Amino acid sequence: MNIQLNGEVCQTEAKTLDLLLVQFEYGDAVVATAVNGEFVAEQQRGAVEICDGDAVEILAPMQGG
Amino acid sequence: MMRKFYGTELSNGLMLGTAQYPSPAILADAFERSGAAVATVSLRRESGKDKAGQDFWEMIQRLGVRVLPNTAGCHTVKEAVTTAHMAREIFGTKWIKLEVIGEEDLLHPDVFGLVEAARILSEDGFEVFPYCTEDLVVADRLLNVGCEVLMPWGAPIGSGQGLNNLFGLRALRAHFSDVPLVIDAGLGLPSHAAQAMELGFDAVLLNTAVAKAGSPALMAEAFGLAVKAGQMAALADPMEKRDMAAPSTPVIGKAFLT
Repeated sequence: MNIQLNGEVCQTEAKTLDLLLVQFEYGDAVVATAVNGEFVAEQQRGAVEICDGDAVEILAPMQGG
Repeated sequence: MMRKFYGTELSNGLMLGTAQYPSPAILADAFERSGAAVATVSLRRESGKDKAGQDFWEMIQRLGVRVLPNTAGCHTVKEAVTTAHMAREIFGTKWIKLEVIGEEDLLHPDVFGLVEAARILSEDGFEVFPYCTEDLVVADRLLNVGCEVLMPWGAPIGSGQGLNNLFGLRALRAHFSDVPLVIDAGLGLPSHAAQAMELGFDAVLLNTAVAKAGSPALMAEAFGLAVKAGQMAALADPMEKRDMAAPSTPVIGKAFLT
């Protein structure tokens, strides 16, 4: 299936959000996630199914003012 | 007396941004020399291969300052609320500098969206630092929905103009005498920061004025000193202004030499 990952079209067979993070090599990086504009807490990633057309955002700390 | 920020007493009134520095080393130097008590941080998309945000976060943790995540770049209530939740999980703090931008040229806060987002986040346990204007009614609404700190702008973000509306800011300070107030954005010089503190504001938050200076670390130190000087001046109870001159040297005993 195709999803949008941080704004780019990607192919994945990951069934859940935690598996998607593994596929795209996030490892133990400190990140926060949202699917279709809704925040998904770290402990809930395994319960959130990924569906065709989903928009997934994976964010990390960055400089800010 | 320095007012507390959601029960937290800061060592000083300087909050410093972490963006736009020439290098991470210069950023760290600026923080060390300024003595800033708070660092503002943000969130951006992370690539699984680069993991660019991880090194930055480790460096910020080494600074040993309190972090204040922002929702910079958010234009809707939903964006801001979702970003705040993501920030709380990553940075491990209930503090959030809430920005809901309503207009691009001045990056003017969308005060209606701001109040709504502040309400949602306050109900969800966040400690909200709303980036607002000096509007008294908006300030009152923000306090009513749970904010215990206000962050009025000095001038538009990145403009370096200083305190554009002195009357409005003085009125805000006078009207909400018990509320911690932070001047956020628009400062360009240490004298602007000193002026804000002299007016009785509790802190200033700035980024570009330091990061874009020819020598960021030197400018950071200058801001640190200015904040301290301004705070001391406010505590010292400044004299009243007057329109006419008043001789400071005693007239009594002056020689008659004409």
